[in-house]
Amino acid sequence: MSGLAINVADVVKSFPAGDSRTFALKGATLNARFGELMMIVGPSGCGKTTLLSVICGTLQCDEGTLTIFDHDLRRMKDADITKFRCENVGFIFQQFNLIPTLTAVENASIPLILNGVAPGKAEKRAGEVLAEVGLGDKLHSYPSQLSGGQLQRVAISRALVHAPRLIICDEPTASLDAAAGQKTLDLLKSSALQPDRCVIVVTHDNRIYHFADRIAEMEDGRVTGIYDDPKDYQHA
Amino acid sequence: MLGIALKMLFRDRAKYAMLVCGLAFCSLLMCQQISVFCGIMMWTTSTVRNIGAPVWVVDAKVEQANEVIPMRQIEVERVRSVHGVAWAVPLYIGIEQARLTDGSFQNVQLTGLDTGTLTGRPMDMRAGRIEDLRLPNAVVVDQVAVEKFRQKGITIKLGTTFEINDKEARVVGICHVARSFLGQPYIYTTFDRAMEYAKPTRKQLSYVLAGPVSGVSDEELAARINKLPGLRAVAKDKLFWLTVWWYIKNTGIPISFGTVVLLGVIVGIAIAGQTFYLFVHDNLRYLAALKAMGARMHTLAAMVLLQAFSVGFIGYGFGVGLASWFGNSVLAKETPPFYMPWQVPAFVALVLIFICGLSALIGLVKVARLEPAVVFR
Repeated sequence: MSGLAINVADVVKSFPAGDSRTFALKGATLNARFGELMMIVGPSGCGKTTLLSVICGTLQCDEGTLTIFDHDLRRMKDADITKFRCENVGFIFQQFNLIPTLTAVENASIPLILNGVAPGKAEKRAGEVLAEVGLGDKLHSYPSQLSGGQLQRVAISRALVHAPRLIICDEPTASLDAAAGQKTLDLLKSSALQPDRCVIVVTHDNRIYHFADRIAEMEDGRVTGIYDDPKDYQHA
Repeated sequence: MLGIALKMLFRDRAKYAMLVCGLAFCSLLMCQQISVFCGIMMWTTSTVRNIGAPVWVVDAKVEQANEVIPMRQIEVERVRSVHGVAWAVPLYIGIEQARLTDGSFQNVQLTGLDTGTLTGRPMDMRAGRIEDLRLPNAVVVDQVAVEKFRQKGITIKLGTTFEINDKEARVVGICHVARSFLGQPYIYTTFDRAMEYAKPTRKQLSYVLAGPVSGVSDEELAARINKLPGLRAVAKDKLFWLTVWWYIKNTGIPISFGTVVLLGVIVGIAIAGQTFYLFVHDNLRYLAALKAMGARMHTLAAMVLLQAFSVGFIGYGFGVGLASWFGNSVLAKETPPFYMPWQVPAFVALVLIFICGLSALIGLVKVARLEPAVVFR
């Protein structure tokens, strides 16, 4: 093991736009260590979400080096990347993406079921994780019966239930008020962060920067700065 | 994930109900209409089925069972002379007019059975004895006669009399047979008496019924009799299908029923296809999230297919169940005609599989094109 959880170097990603191509990433370079919560920040359209998508393998980059937990994603086949993602990545989405017709415990159990765990066992484990995040009494509630903060906690439970090594969070506080956002990051840091894990958070919510171990600043498709102390970024 | 797929389907109650109702209506429409069509086709062959003789000999120009071109009575002897014929008897069938005691008239299908053997006799006697046909002026009437006469205020029972072409007929038995295509009552009597009742014509023999000796098949016997000039012999099963196909080719019945069945298919595709497309479309974001979380395409395809075929199966069950209930409730009255052989629900099942497969395919195309990265947008 290299000691680096994520090694992204000179990654280029472009999308077709009519006869030409639009470059979302123009040689982005980023390293993330085990046991750290790294935030990727920057203005809208700078390539944060594209970089996040490339890191978790939902988008393939055109050029560059992409190593996640010593796996070279660029050399892996689609099916292997999907399997890798299923086993190693937990997702927390901006809009939660909880299935509205499933209860909290059913939603949280999905990653385990995708990994081949029997539904009964998966729901038992999901129930335990939901109880750990304070939703023990909401196991059988549907998303429509939960508040924004509770929905995000269900989403966090879903991201953690199968003990992935990489947690990907896309604007986790965007749909929450300030207090709920702070609580979510508190929870994320306390329950998600482990020595063998890495948490990547894409955000432009400066109220939560202080939760980061390091901050990567992006601009125009490139990582323009890495800050070892969030205060350095906020004062920059 | 299949359990998750079913929960996603069943708990989206509005779309689930709409899908099931659409497919149930489509199944009901197809199943009921095809069964009524089959029932009508069965009515067209009621004479063949009621008489039940193995081989039917008719005039060479006859195309189907309900077409009667009278023959000379000598044809019975000609048929008997064919090698392999165990027996051959005459049969008269003709439309005659019965006059009831109140002076009203009723068209009837007069059936004259061979006097000696009563070959072709009704098997289901509800009152009286078929052998009593040999008594003077005796006739046996079917359940349709009882019903039609009752509508005119006359209760038929043993001993009731009426007139056929001004000659007295006395009821000695009541039977139950398959209804005729035109809905006229069957009146059974002996061949000799039928000649008295029928209006006199030069030729009066409608059919010769024949049976083969042991070791000769019906088809083989028919082939041998066919060598006789001016006659056409057809085995019972073949005559059944000749009659059915004649009605299919020469009447507008299949077109009118086929149109309704086609409408059922179109309604099914329109309702089920559109609703299922909306269902998949509404769930696209969640399917993309599942894809991002590591669900493979074949898992998502299995989920979509299971959802499509689950509603198809349930809708089919309701539709065929309702059609069966309809059939069961009209069978007692025998009208409208209803006959649902296993091929009807099997055909409807195939159509439903097509509709559900098409609906699922439309959804699957959307899912296949789905980029998991859209969940971050």
